[in-house]
Amino acid sequence: MNEITESRKPPLATTGILGWLRMNLFSNWINSLISLFVLYVLIQFIPWILNWTIFAADFKYNFNGAEITDRTMCSRVLDPENGGACWAIIYVRFYQFMYGFYPRDEVWRVNLSYIMLAVAVVPLLFDKFPFRKHFLKFTYVFPVIAFFLLNGGLGLESVSTNKWGGLLVTLVLGCTGIALAFPLGIVLALGRRSNLPVISMMCTLFIEFIRGVPLITLLFFGMVMLPLFLPEGVNMDGLARVLVAVTLFQSAYMAEVIRGGLQAIPQGQYEAARSIGLSYWQMNMKVVLPQAIRISIPSIVNTSIGLFKDTTLVIIVGLLDLLGIGRGALADTTWLGLAYEVYFFVSLVFFIFTFAMSRYSLYLEKKLKTGINMGAD
Amino acid sequence: MRSKLNFFSDEKFRSIFFQTLVIGLFALGIFFIVQTTAYNLEKRNIATGWRFLTDPAGFDISFSPFIDFKSTDTHLDVYFVGVLNTLLVSVCGCIAATILGFLVGIIRLSSNWLLVRVAYIYVEFTRNVPLLLQIILWYSILIQLPRVKQSLEFLDIFFISNRGVYSPRPVFETGFSYVFIAIILALISSFLIRRWAKKRQDETGQQFPVLSSAFGLIIIAPLILFFIIGSPLSFDYPALKGFNFKGGMVIRPEFIAMFLALTIYTAAFISETVRSGILSVTKGQREASASLGLKKSWIMRLIIIPQALRVIVPPLTSQYLNLTKNSSLGIAVGYADLVHGFGGISLNQTGQAIECMVIVMATYLTISLTISLFMNIYNRSIQFKEK
Repeated sequence: MNEITESRKPPLATTGILGWLRMNLFSNWINSLISLFVLYVLIQFIPWILNWTIFAADFKYNFNGAEITDRTMCSRVLDPENGGACWAIIYVRFYQFMYGFYPRDEVWRVNLSYIMLAVAVVPLLFDKFPFRKHFLKFTYVFPVIAFFLLNGGLGLESVSTNKWGGLLVTLVLGCTGIALAFPLGIVLALGRRSNLPVISMMCTLFIEFIRGVPLITLLFFGMVMLPLFLPEGVNMDGLARVLVAVTLFQSAYMAEVIRGGLQAIPQGQYEAARSIGLSYWQMNMKVVLPQAIRISIPSIVNTSIGLFKDTTLVIIVGLLDLLGIGRGALADTTWLGLAYEVYFFVSLVFFIFTFAMSRYSLYLEKKLKTGINMGAD
Repeated sequence: MRSKLNFFSDEKFRSIFFQTLVIGLFALGIFFIVQTTAYNLEKRNIATGWRFLTDPAGFDISFSPFIDFKSTDTHLDVYFVGVLNTLLVSVCGCIAATILGFLVGIIRLSSNWLLVRVAYIYVEFTRNVPLLLQIILWYSILIQLPRVKQSLEFLDIFFISNRGVYSPRPVFETGFSYVFIAIILALISSFLIRRWAKKRQDETGQQFPVLSSAFGLIIIAPLILFFIIGSPLSFDYPALKGFNFKGGMVIRPEFIAMFLALTIYTAAFISETVRSGILSVTKGQREASASLGLKKSWIMRLIIIPQALRVIVPPLTSQYLNLTKNSSLGIAVGYADLVHGFGGISLNQTGQAIECMVIVMATYLTISLTISLFMNIYNRSIQFKEK
């Protein structure tokens, strides 16, 4: 009687496509009703949105084959029943969306900066990048190169920042804000945890004040009040004033995130560092901060996503970022009424950046988790 | 022996030295800024002071549901209208975002694959698109609604047009205050009953129908009183006269756009905190309570939610703070909140930049601190108490 009975196959109803459907969509009658309802809505909605954005949409030419130069030539204006989106407005304004009013002869400088930005950032993000060490050297000098490249000087024609716009302004604000706020945030976080009561109190007050007011009031502060604080003859242009506000704002949030990382470092690490005779700064720079920053990187990326989205607020103080250029395009009477196309496009651009950043932060979190669980590092 | 010259390596001295240095530099910086500011203000002929607050504003505010605002009212009134509008959209947004956020968070943990996917797409899209863009998008949808003359009608009392939603306005007649007092009394007594019932259950194990008694006290009793007094409530219906509606109550598209955008945006974040909160309750808790024979709904209510709330409340607080601060984006669509009304129009008209910005920032700080305070008290009340 020792023969092994062959194991029976699972019931048909729980395997294969049918089984999956049963388990995941129709497990009971409430679930079935919900599934059917959602399916019905999706069947109505998805073809409509696909049709509007792609199949019935005009890209450069309308359904007559004529090149679209203003709103009256859009299929959806000529034939409101069948016409989809009119992407021609994006097509016509694409230069502005990417560079603002940057002079066309000089636009290679912006393009070069975009490429260099990628070269500077990508090795920073992935620690297995080949020759990472050498690339990181470039990352440190990149801000200086980019400043002269975009702004002019050193033999390049100067381009005033009020000609900058679109994605250029969005990226400049986002990247500079994050890059400047990072060291400032570290200093503030260390300051808040300092044993010196005056320094700790000042840092705490600063952080809580910034976190307690909306960014828009800080932008107003930069725009309206900063010029009053500066001595005569010192003029800051609009972009720089906004950058001050954005950096201060971001540094307070960055400080809190880094403080969270610092709190996660066990007391033993501090004591061990002190006992081998390291000074306060040596202890922080060589022992505590490397660990604290490593565990807070996912949160740093998350606050950076927040800042990247918040850069749109600069349109309220009159700067033309991606959204600002979009609104400008809509105010043009030849393109009136194409709001959905413009907002869709701007959302898409933001979505690509922020979604990539959030995926990156998830990837880091996963990597950190496995690193800790397996006892590596 | 330590030489006197080496006192810099003394930790106590160093600490005092650096702190004095920081205070000195800070004071110097403040002194410098005050000097230059005073000089700059004088050069621009701007007189500092708070006198402008009592000057007539000279402009109209389209949306002021609590205060009847006229253009002859003062800048101080503009401030109060702004604060109330900020609070109105924040409170409405927080309540709606909490409900939607909890709903989406629970949906994302449900067993229905399709629903989970749809909720996921909603969360990813709204979280990754700037809020300002969403506000402007909602507004541009709302102002493309039909004109007043062709407004959409519901039951002949609600009218939806590009000027907003017109609905009947309740008119409270004399005697309604009794009903109001009854409701407040009912709320207080329900709260006391709940405490008493919980105490009795802890001591004796006997249960008390708290929910149905609260329902009776808060809704049924005031309703009976309402009819006994003789229905002291009537409605003022909107009616189309000329180019606009007369009477009734109007909710402006600016408010609706702000409310929708803030709710939908913040709910996506809240749903994530709710989801991670529920996931943080270990599987063993669920299995243990199931093996005790608790009903599914009881497991959720008595075991999962109380433990999940401990994880959910701190990030929920920061979402409420974010929503309140984000309500300042109303300026983009002309919603007359604190920043737009007082920090924008009043500032531009009077030129009192410093005074206006100080007031606006101080107000936001006060609101933020108040929210933090109340949420911290609530947080403390639900935290695990070690005995």
